[in-house]
Amino acid sequence: MNAKRLAGFILPLTGIAMAGLLWAATSQYVPDLPSPLKTWQESKIYLLEPFAKRGEMDQGMGRLAYYSLMRVARGFLLGALIGTPLGLLLGLSKTLNRMFDPIIQVLRPISPLAWLPLGLVLFQKSEPAALFAIAVCSMWPTVINGAAGVKAIPQDYWNVAKVLRLSKLTTFVKIVIPSTLPYLFTGYRLSLGIAWLVIVASEMLTGTPGVGGFLWQEYNSLIYAHILLAILTIGFVGFCLDRLMGMAEARLRAI
Amino acid sequence: MAFIEIQGVSKSFTVNRKTRPVLEDVNLTVERGEFISIVGFMGCGKSTLLNIAAGLQFADGGRVTIGGDIVRGVRKETAYVFQNYSLLPWLSAIGNVQLAVSTAFPSWTKERQLGHSQRYLELVGLGNALHRRPGQLSGGMRQRVAIARAFALEPEILFLDEPFGALDALTRGNLQQELAQLCMATDRLVTTIMITNNVEEALLLSDRIVPMTSGPGATLGPSVDVAMPRPRTAAQLQHDDQALRVRTNVIECLTEYLKTARVRRRPAAGATASDAREPSPAIAVPMENGS
Repeated sequence: MNAKRLAGFILPLTGIAMAGLLWAATSQYVPDLPSPLKTWQESKIYLLEPFAKRGEMDQGMGRLAYYSLMRVARGFLLGALIGTPLGLLLGLSKTLNRMFDPIIQVLRPISPLAWLPLGLVLFQKSEPAALFAIAVCSMWPTVINGAAGVKAIPQDYWNVAKVLRLSKLTTFVKIVIPSTLPYLFTGYRLSLGIAWLVIVASEMLTGTPGVGGFLWQEYNSLIYAHILLAILTIGFVGFCLDRLMGMAEARLRAI
Repeated sequence: MAFIEIQGVSKSFTVNRKTRPVLEDVNLTVERGEFISIVGFMGCGKSTLLNIAAGLQFADGGRVTIGGDIVRGVRKETAYVFQNYSLLPWLSAIGNVQLAVSTAFPSWTKERQLGHSQRYLELVGLGNALHRRPGQLSGGMRQRVAIARAFALEPEILFLDEPFGALDALTRGNLQQELAQLCMATDRLVTTIMITNNVEEALLLSDRIVPMTSGPGATLGPSVDVAMPRPRTAAQLQHDDQALRVRTNVIECLTEYLKTARVRRRPAAGATASDAREPSPAIAVPMENGS
């Protein structure tokens, strides 16, 4: 049991060490790629003073990640607010589903890079355009899972609603929502993952402060170590978000 | 006019563009306060018939009237117990009952609704499991919750769709007794239609047993009265002369239906050795025309 625990700790660390070695080896052959050590030296100030603010983009990683997270939260919430009722409606009504399914299938694969200029045209400002891009890209898993969840409600529950003569509203609140919730949460988790992917692209294009904006600026300033720092931060934050949503989802499924 | 009248009801389902008749010209009358059991083999269309009577499904032809009104949907004075409990897993036992009570008696205060729900759960012996979710209850306890939910509606008509079908034999015996007591305990006149594939269960609970022929195109056979005094016990039914007669009668009826149904399903051209022992198609033909 103890050995198993130790392995559960050591094996991932070994994997990380191997990836670090590969990075170090590659940096020997690609002159512009900073080694792990050099990356650490050049960017430790951003991690050791995570909430420092020295300039518009020159801020601690914690602060930059916070900006990005706030932007993601707003975009994701907007997407969820539109996507949840839309998904439930599509699941409840065959007519609506047939009407809108083709549009959804066409809109779904569009990249955030394509939505952003449209957002800029529509809203004129970069911040609402970024929110628009995040919401419109990230809501599809919520819509699709919500619809699938409603379709998966067992006939038994519909019969209960009929036999107890529940009103439409009661049926929705007491039966449709609770039985769709696990599906919705799977949708939210996937949506949040996408929202976090979109944030980098939208910050890069709009030049707003955040992890993505920082990355793009440091690339333009030829400070490559900071690009790596930003990449690692994005990955780490994304991982944490997914874990948090996964925990929420698991708690719901346990009921 | 009888309280519940099922007149010439027929229903067919279409699967893969093939239309399969399930019910053909089903007629049944039930008097107020009667307990009727419809006994038949699995998949013969019993549940479909019950669903049509309860207004959950609709017939292709014929009609169902309750108290003179044509049934066009689930009616207020009815309650239904499903074979698979059909409790909502995210609500506690009392939550499940209260959901039903709150729609049936919307004018009551929440306290009164809860008290009412609790009383019926206590009546089925679940006073100490009020706040457990269905997932934390055994099959027998879940069906008790479902029965409490039905009785808490204080229905005039009770539809029972194989209410004990999913339970083990011992639990089933207990619950049958309890249901019998519950039916007797209510001072109101409750009319019950129960679907079952268990003749003993029907004997224990009903005033009248109606055998159902095997599908496709099932219909009801002649009903058999059960005039034994109540309460009845399973042990007593083992030795009672009338119980024996009724049992034999019903089982013979059902076996006959099964034979004719087999012949109808398999045309003579495809006859095999095992068919030779069964009645000739000549017997089945008039039945097919007559139904």
